[in-house]
Amino acid sequence: MAAASATAREASPIAHSAAAAPVSLRGIGRAFASQGGSRQVLRDIDLEIAAGEIVAILGPSGCGKSTLLRIAGGLDRPTQGEALIDGEPVKPYDARSAVGFQEPRLLPWRTLASNVALGLPKSTPRAAGREQVARLLDLVGLADFAGHRPREVSGGMAQRTSLARALARNPAVLLLDEPFGALDALTRLKMQDLLLDVHAAEPATILLVTHDVDEALQLADRVILLGHEAGADGAPPATQGAVVVQTVIVPGHRPRDRGSAELAELRGRLLDGLGIDRHGAARGIETGTTIPHYPY
Amino acid sequence: MTDASRTTSTDERADAAANAVTSADRRFASPVTDGGLAVATAGPLGPSGVDRPAREASVPPASSGGRRRLVDRRWFVIVGGAIIPVALLLTWQLVSTSGLVPVSMLPSPEMVWLAAVDLAQRGLLGLYIAISTQRVFIGFAIGAVFGLVVGAIVGLSKLGDILLSPTLGAVRAVPSLAWIPLLILWFGIAEDSKIILIAIGAFFPVYTIVAAALRHVDRQLLEAGRAYGLRGIRLFTAVQLPAVVPSVISALRLALAQAWLFLVAAELIASSMGLGFLLLDSGQNGRIDRIFLAIILLAVLGKLTDALVGLFERWAVRKWA
Ligand SMILES: Nc1ncnc2c1ncn2[C@@H]1O[C@H](COP(=O)(O)OP(=O)(O)OP(=O)(O)O)[C@@H](O)[C@H]1O
Ligand SMILES: [Mg+2]
Repeated sequence: MAAASATAREASPIAHSAAAAPVSLRGIGRAFASQGGSRQVLRDIDLEIAAGEIVAILGPSGCGKSTLLRIAGGLDRPTQGEALIDGEPVKPYDARSAVGFQEPRLLPWRTLASNVALGLPKSTPRAAGREQVARLLDLVGLADFAGHRPREVSGGMAQRTSLARALARNPAVLLLDEPFGALDALTRLKMQDLLLDVHAAEPATILLVTHDVDEALQLADRVILLGHEAGADGAPPATQGAVVVQTVIVPGHRPRDRGSAELAELRGRLLDGLGIDRHGAARGIETGTTIPHYPY
Repeated sequence: MTDASRTTSTDERADAAANAVTSADRRFASPVTDGGLAVATAGPLGPSGVDRPAREASVPPASSGGRRRLVDRRWFVIVGGAIIPVALLLTWQLVSTSGLVPVSMLPSPEMVWLAAVDLAQRGLLGLYIAISTQRVFIGFAIGAVFGLVVGAIVGLSKLGDILLSPTLGAVRAVPSLAWIPLLILWFGIAEDSKIILIAIGAFFPVYTIVAAALRHVDRQLLEAGRAYGLRGIRLFTAVQLPAVVPSVISALRLALAQAWLFLVAAELIASSMGLGFLLLDSGQNGRIDRIFLAIILLAVLGKLTDALVGLFERWAVRKWA
């Protein structure tokens, strides 16, 4: 434990710190225009996130997790409700937040180092910035690749670079969209620990989208499950749009024991919750099994 | 000697990389102290997470070791490119000396050379080359700069697109040679009309290609740039400009070819100097050797000026892309 907090202090790469800020999502809804009208993707999302809290967002693919994150970061506007950071409405491309996109989105003509440098706040002095970039690349295990171009590194390395770029911003609100999706199991664990170290040293409010229930339970104070409300008896949902179908407050302090029984129970609940939406898929599998068996 | 030093430095690099990986692992391993995970980090799986991608990516495909293919060797590129011109020259020599074709239709290479020497002695060869090249350069520069500016306005601003696109599309639809009578009436047959015509010819490829390229810059990268606080000119230099550099280069190449095309058109129609004039004059006097000379000079000059764009390309790509 002592070792871990020592690393945390060592990992503190940022000299000046933006204090974490609370995020409020109030009655958020988002509809996209589609052929013949509009399609509601999110509705009635209410979420109060305290400064420095880590909230994980789970949900089936396509339910609107990225959309919700983009709204919180001012990359997209809600069609209903409002998003606030620190009590003030989120502005377009709000400077108080930093986004780690679902795709790495690195500039192909820049080295990894100068891609990370893109994340530095504008006011950073040159020398301090360089030092900061080197430190972040080192933290994500890419010190030897500072001079490489994105096309010369693997997908997971690009994703780590993108994480470093978001961390370089040292934002009040950190919005991470499946930041560890492309990583192998071990690197993923290391990056989770890195994120917690950075968070311990420089608290930011973190909104983290993930597909991994264990990751959510390991990292978050609270896990939000997005999904569609099923109608009675598994009938198609009465209204369109994903809502918060479950909120789980994760007990204990980080780093959590990944093997604890309490977490296992929560894990079961969340997986069940994810299963609600898989009703349709399950039926699909049933019909799938009736495919005739060809005798060859 | 060079070999020895190269080996040492590679070894050193490999060592440094290995050290870096180990230290990275040590650092990563430290915070993970919980139960079963400690086993995973300490076990043989330890370094795999970091050093596997490292090995994959440490050798960029371009410099794939000592065995370079023939087509990647510099001397072969030069020799390979010269094969067809040399073969053409030989065939030309053979055909023209065999008497199969009368020299009034196909002069021998020697006759063309003598025509060049003759013109040079009268002081006309250098003059014609200089005046034609100068017209191309000035016209190209004006056309390309306008093309870049207007292309940027139309490609970057929706309003600019709405206001300018339809008009420019209509002007582009006018075959550029149709401007010649008008230009001569307005500006006479002096330099101005020729340079304006060449500028028109160079403008449209640059404008069209640059506007389209800017409109199609990857939206995701633009959004990332904006999300990281880039606006206006900083967004342009960081994202849009590098993204369109390759297109700008091809646009300039095309515009330069257009500039030579319009040069000849302009000089054929009204001039007293230049390679186009040489073509016209020789045609009227039946000097087929000079016609050949003018054509060869146009080919060589076109290729040389294109090589200049190639130099610019290397510089631009190093700087931005
Ligand atoms: N710009 C857009 N225009 C139209 N529809 C959109 C747009 N962006 C997102 N959508 C729709 O919104 C829905 C949710 O998309 P979103 O990217 O938020 O899903 P997600 O939960 O992040 O999924 P995944 O887990 O696969 O990343 C999708 O059905 C998608 O088609
Ligand atoms: Mg998504």
